[in-house]
Amino acid sequence: MKKALVAMSGGVDSSVAAYLTKEAGYETIGVTMKLYENETAGVCSDKTCCSLSDIEDARNVAFDLGIPYYVFNFSGDFEKEVIDRFIHAYEAGETPNPCIDCNRYMKFERLMERGRELQQDYVVTGHYAIVEHDEGSGRWLLKKSVDRHKDQSYVLYSLTQEQLAHVLFPLGGMHKEETRRIAEEQGFVNARKHESQDICFVPDGDYAAFIRRFTGKTYPPGEFVDFDGHVLGEHKGMIKYTIGQRKGLGLALPHPMYVCKKDMETNRVILGENSDLFHSRFIVENMNWSAIESPDMDISAEAKVRYSQKASPAVVHPLSENKAVVEFREPQRAITPGQACVLYDGDYVLGGGTITSVQDTDGHTI
Amino acid sequence: MIYLDNGATTRLRAGVLDAMLPYLNEEYGNPFGRSALNRSCGAAVEKARRKIAALVGAGYKEIFFTSGGTESDNWVIKHLMDPASFRENQGFHGHLIVSAVEHHAVLKPAEYLEKLGFDVTVVPADGSGRVDPAAVKAAMRKDTRLVSVMLANNEVGTIEPVHEIAEIAHAGGALMHTDAVQAVGHIPVDVKDLGVDFLSASGHKFGGPKGVGFLYIRRGLLPEPLMHGGAQERGLRAGTHNVPAIVGMGAVAELAAESMEEERAYEQGLRDHMIGRIIEEIPGAFLNGDTVNRLPGNCNVTIPGLENEAFLVRLDQEGICAAAGSACSAEASEPSHVLTAIGRTAEEAGCSLRFTLNYMNTREEIDHACDVLRDVAQELRKE
Repeated sequence: MKKALVAMSGGVDSSVAAYLTKEAGYETIGVTMKLYENETAGVCSDKTCCSLSDIEDARNVAFDLGIPYYVFNFSGDFEKEVIDRFIHAYEAGETPNPCIDCNRYMKFERLMERGRELQQDYVVTGHYAIVEHDEGSGRWLLKKSVDRHKDQSYVLYSLTQEQLAHVLFPLGGMHKEETRRIAEEQGFVNARKHESQDICFVPDGDYAAFIRRFTGKTYPPGEFVDFDGHVLGEHKGMIKYTIGQRKGLGLALPHPMYVCKKDMETNRVILGENSDLFHSRFIVENMNWSAIESPDMDISAEAKVRYSQKASPAVVHPLSENKAVVEFREPQRAITPGQACVLYDGDYVLGGGTITSVQDTDGHTI
Repeated sequence: MIYLDNGATTRLRAGVLDAMLPYLNEEYGNPFGRSALNRSCGAAVEKARRKIAALVGAGYKEIFFTSGGTESDNWVIKHLMDPASFRENQGFHGHLIVSAVEHHAVLKPAEYLEKLGFDVTVVPADGSGRVDPAAVKAAMRKDTRLVSVMLANNEVGTIEPVHEIAEIAHAGGALMHTDAVQAVGHIPVDVKDLGVDFLSASGHKFGGPKGVGFLYIRRGLLPEPLMHGGAQERGLRAGTHNVPAIVGMGAVAELAAESMEEERAYEQGLRDHMIGRIIEEIPGAFLNGDTVNRLPGNCNVTIPGLENEAFLVRLDQEGICAAAGSACSAEASEPSHVLTAIGRTAEEAGCSLRFTLNYMNTREEIDHACDVLRDVAQELRKE
């Protein structure tokens, strides 16, 4: 019998994934990674809630399923691999996606390594995505989920061939409603639990406050300027702003203005019109090629530069094995360094990487 | 399954369940009532009290039933929060001393008292887990009210010099408490020999049922009540008695006293055999705790480089029940505060395993466990 380790967060999706794994005949164990202390997240310190309460939910579901259940304390690795990267990215003026790092470094690296130690054949998660094996090329393919609204292939692009060969996503072929229905039918304690929206370690959504608390640093105020250098006001520290942001600038402006650029050297935030946010060319680094090997010539693809965006047609010019220039056919809004660019061929993930800079049509870095 | 986690809890000793059953069934009276049914339950509770008293060399009036070791520990520490230590506008004041290797049931209440205004000194332990009486002496102050040092450590099994420390506490005008949860029923414990004023113990750690324990309070002392209410336990711990559990703990006290000497020698033999095999067969493995002053069933080893989180699951998969440290820590393992207090790095603490044996284990079980340990260590090192 094949053995499968299910990463159980305490949420509905991974609970149902555990149920389906067991039903499919795998020898199943449930695992929750303890990733941070409640004190780190700055919530409910001294009280048993939040991350520990998620553990209680996961544990209850595992007990109901009659599968062995363990909690592993990976908070040291999480701090190093996810929180530190998150902070460094903001300090460098980027807008990171920590969920991608958590998948890359925690779920499919650290936990998978633990799974091997425990003689497990697969790591299972509640992600909405599909893995297929292509007999022709011999490659493992990552594919969008059936539920287009829930599709999480974007945050999984970094999975290597080796990792894809050892993961199971039982929810990939399902709709969220079906997941909820199974959870209700099974009487799981978390069947009606709310979807987690925010970054897990910043439950109140105030990531800038989290960074200040975590690092103990202050991020000096500086100037808001327009593209002509006119000073529009004072900002409250670079980390508070992200490309495309309009709300929370604290300025009384005659017309809406948006964060278009962050100049870390001068500590200035450059504001502009919505139309100033549209660009086509950008550099992607640290690429992982998935459905194909790294191409040596231009390819056409659909590119997605943030989780909540639709993929749009683009051309990819490889610069090296893991670096490329991507050029959208139509300019896209708020292409942001630090975010991931994932390339698709229809439903299949071709590859992806991190956006490092955005260029104008002449190839100059903006 | 091979059960090597007797420090976490134990199976009921043979005969204990039979002693308890009538009190879960036809003998359902309330010991404080005035009818025959109630009286017979009251008699059973008092009989159990005398058996417990005999086990630890106390007078039966010095035994107070609680829900377990944690409650007993909390009572002793928190009784310092009495009206006499409270001053208007200043809050609480006073000083207490605890050791760095105490169970959280002592350390956490002590931290709580610190928040309320008390001064707390945490005295260190040496590399073998032994608390140095001289360190306690150095920590004593005029306003020290209580010294709390455990009798035997739950993680590394080190038996502490409680008698010497009690003398120091008393010489300085303080009271002495010992958490004897791991010791009672396993090694001879005599409150007079130890010279302690308070002693905590728990039924399920020595073959009794869960949810019952006791606190020895030396005659003449009258701590603040833990539970205000009825007159049970001389008005200090109100609430209807947990009769079946108390009867069960009384029964096991008697049985444990009878077989203690023989079982202790047997457990020690198994323990030393296990320690010997682990050290010999797993490269780099070493023992934590004292080699001589050690609980008869405790084997705590560090296997450098092998994280205990993975190791314990592998052992679980192989049908061996062991622990990383205290079963009472949070669900996810944190580096043991005991191991770091005795000089292990956080990493070494994360690579430590605790096996707690008892009289029910056989030599075959220990040999099988050692085989599995050796094989799993080899396998994990390859990963």
